[in-house]
Amino acid sequence: MKKLIVSIVIIGSFVIYSFIHAHSGPVAVVANTPATSRSSSSTATSTPPPPGATATSGSGYNDGSYTGSVADAQWGFVQVKAVISHGKITDVQFLQFPNDRSRSVYINSIADPQLTSEAIQAQSANVDIVTGATDSSQAFIQSLTDALSQAHV
Amino acid sequence: MKQLQLLMGMPITVEVVDPTVTETDIEKVFAYFRTVDATFSTYKEDSEVSKINRGELRKEEYSDDMKTILALSEQTREETLGYFDIQHDGIIDPSGIVKGWAILQAEHMLKEAGFRNFYIDAGGDIQVAGEKDGNLWRIGIRNPFNRKENVKILAITDKGIATSGTAIRGQHIYDPHYPHMPLQDIVSLTVIGPNVYEADRFATAAFAMGKRGIYFIEHLPGFEGYMIDAAAQATFTTGFERYVLQQ
Repeated sequence: MKKLIVSIVIIGSFVIYSFIHAHSGPVAVVANTPATSRSSSSTATSTPPPPGATATSGSGYNDGSYTGSVADAQWGFVQVKAVISHGKITDVQFLQFPNDRSRSVYINSIADPQLTSEAIQAQSANVDIVTGATDSSQAFIQSLTDALSQAHV
Repeated sequence: MKQLQLLMGMPITVEVVDPTVTETDIEKVFAYFRTVDATFSTYKEDSEVSKINRGELRKEEYSDDMKTILALSEQTREETLGYFDIQHDGIIDPSGIVKGWAILQAEHMLKEAGFRNFYIDAGGDIQVAGEKDGNLWRIGIRNPFNRKENVKILAITDKGIATSGTAIRGQHIYDPHYPHMPLQDIVSLTVIGPNVYEADRFATAAFAMGKRGIYFIEHLPGFEGYMIDAAAQATFTTGFERYVLQQ
């Protein structure tokens, strides 16, 4: 009985805590999600698509397949494809890397690693070759970016 | 022996260190790049790409190289979650995949000719093989804010390296909504991969992903990346530092 009361108090406190923090800002809500994702990496593929990707719900769409933007989930990046027929969403698929080794890393990563940052600094050592963006690749990126912006309309 | 030519709208440099190399060997590589350009240039009216874009060729009439490039482009589009796409307004521009692919073919040509120590650099996308004077090839990552500077010196061999970037922007741009926040736009993304074809296509796609691009590279086994944002801050993948020259 004592245990039950203690449990109720703890659960109650947690509910109140969650409620308060859910209204204080989105950060607290997001902070709860890694624990559930971490419980089983295999459930990752059945995780519901993020809000951005489900924004296509409703009716009156043109038939076809539409690829959503990449959304940052706690365990990695998610992207879905929506299939529309007769103006309605008939299927939402998770897009995956066709490469199996990539996929296993992708699914198994619980959270994005914390990558190291640094301020760039000029180096004095001599080099044989230099890598950098060329004008032609800049044009390609611009074209690509433009194509992407059209796809998202 | 080292030679440079302007082809495909960019400087292409070939250096072969093996003492048996002749000018003819290097000229063969440049000749190959010229044939690639003749087929895939969107600026040449008589190129195969231009003919396709004008609807003058049926699919059965495509050359084998064209079929290869189209298949590789489609594969890359799928592998990069659609971030790499050669189609735009109903026309194709495969130059984003042709460059890396052509450099890799040129590397095969040199290897088949028996050379072991060389590099091929086409507009900053590079394939290195072997070494020079007993050292790994030293490659600088150009400062996107100052073309005369390198911000990182790498020492690599038998790998490909490619950089995608935007036009150089002023450093005094700010977001009018958040004037005190540093801009997080990406100006340069360098990728080291198993070969230049792989490095180039994933650098292009990851760059288009913006800030997420470096995480895309992080998740790709066998690839490392170095990303520079508009605030001159760099972020790099967990295995990147093993390629940095130890001085």
